[in-house]
Amino acid sequence: MSKVRVLVGTRKGAFVLTADGKRKDWTVSGPFFAGWEIYHMKGSPVDPNRIYVSQTSGWFGQLIQRSDDGGKTWHQPGLPDEALPAPGPPRALPNRFAYDASAETGKPMTTHQWYDGTQHPWEFKRVWHLEPSLTDPGTVYAGVEDAALFRSTDGGENWRELPGLRGHGTGPKWQPGAGGMGLHTIILDPSNPDRIFIAISAAGAFRTDDGGATWKPINKGLVSNFMPNPTAEVGHCVHHVAMHPSRPGVLFMQKHWDVMRSDDAGDNWREVSGNLPTDFGFAIDVHAHEPETLYVVPIKSDSEHFPLGGALKVYRSRTGGNEWEPLTKGLPQKDCYVNVLRDAMAVDKLDECGIYFGTTGGQVYATADSGESWTPIVRDLPAVLSIEVQTLE
Amino acid sequence: MIRVVLPYHLRNLAGVGAEVSIEVAAPVTLRAVLDALEVRYPMLRGTIRDYGTGRRRPFLRFFVCEEDWSHEASDVELPEAVAAGREPLLIIGAIAGG
Repeated sequence: MSKVRVLVGTRKGAFVLTADGKRKDWTVSGPFFAGWEIYHMKGSPVDPNRIYVSQTSGWFGQLIQRSDDGGKTWHQPGLPDEALPAPGPPRALPNRFAYDASAETGKPMTTHQWYDGTQHPWEFKRVWHLEPSLTDPGTVYAGVEDAALFRSTDGGENWRELPGLRGHGTGPKWQPGAGGMGLHTIILDPSNPDRIFIAISAAGAFRTDDGGATWKPINKGLVSNFMPNPTAEVGHCVHHVAMHPSRPGVLFMQKHWDVMRSDDAGDNWREVSGNLPTDFGFAIDVHAHEPETLYVVPIKSDSEHFPLGGALKVYRSRTGGNEWEPLTKGLPQKDCYVNVLRDAMAVDKLDECGIYFGTTGGQVYATADSGESWTPIVRDLPAVLSIEVQTLE
Repeated sequence: MIRVVLPYHLRNLAGVGAEVSIEVAAPVTLRAVLDALEVRYPMLRGTIRDYGTGRRRPFLRFFVCEEDWSHEASDVELPEAVAAGREPLLIIGAIAGG
């Protein structure tokens, strides 16, 4: 019988929630890495027992953890647990993220725009998102702050930047959003191993068609009124992008304001906010079996990061955008002032698609009927930063 | 043996108690102690000193014999009481909210 494993990253540790295919009775394990910020954790689609974790701290910096047994035990890739290390240079540096400015492979370290418009040096702060390869359990991508894309091909033991993104030329125009200048979205095209989509706050969306060597901004059609030129090539605060694997040319975006859609792999975007009561928000995802069914969680505004009127509502479109319906059954409809962050929504692949999202109030809500009704799996975790779901046979 | 007291999260990371003892060849400087600590406990690499600059991470502080060594040059010899193992090097997380 199928099982579901929900990977929850929070401000104070990681949690793993498991249930059988009925998704009624849940087991909660954790906290793992208690007290640390877990920005993201995600399992390999090739080997679901291999789970990568971004563990981070303002005091102690960045760590990468990995499980090879479905989240029962964890280790820093390549490091010995107990034994003395072998003499000589270390084999693995799993938490070293060095921007590549080498003459052979790198791009010069430019500066990026600071909040006040001055230029500021690039500084590594943390890993926001880990995206395991669709074909190789040892390959994983990391989106980091300050924005750049890294890749490991040895299970997270060592990381190399793909410097063509940070160094492609528009870097001096990128600027941090309120949460920092993070590369938060990485989408691997299942139909084309050379095509990757990424998104950065606040730079915009970018695409490579050559495996990460060269990149181009894909922000045509985005309008951001906080910018001097609202339709500029870069500078847009893209909050998240989602894609259905059966239609890799169709992208859905929750921007700072506006829900957007592209039907040509990001070359052109059009707004599909339609009848949403507010089109500010962070999370967006696509139904596992219906590529035109989308979910967003509207948030009141960029100044007030909580649901409109204190009522938590997921909005669903079954028409690929523009026409939206509120889903409220089981969700608090008064006095609710939580936020749902950009990486805190995911779907399972069971026949009746399950959707999951976590809140900054520590609730993880789930639906096992495509959103008709919702139930909290847990109510009192630390603030949820990310949710990923694994559907296991 | 040089004694080093670690903050809570680094103890958990290294799987040790509050205090560890490591061998450090003379001269016993901050750099030498931290180098030896990271060789013995490689999971601590990058958590005390920044990989890129090699400098103390901003929210950590070093105390020795009741004195703040956070801003001392890393090649200055530590007091004899530390080199002799009578006093530990304290690595402390700055107090900064929840």
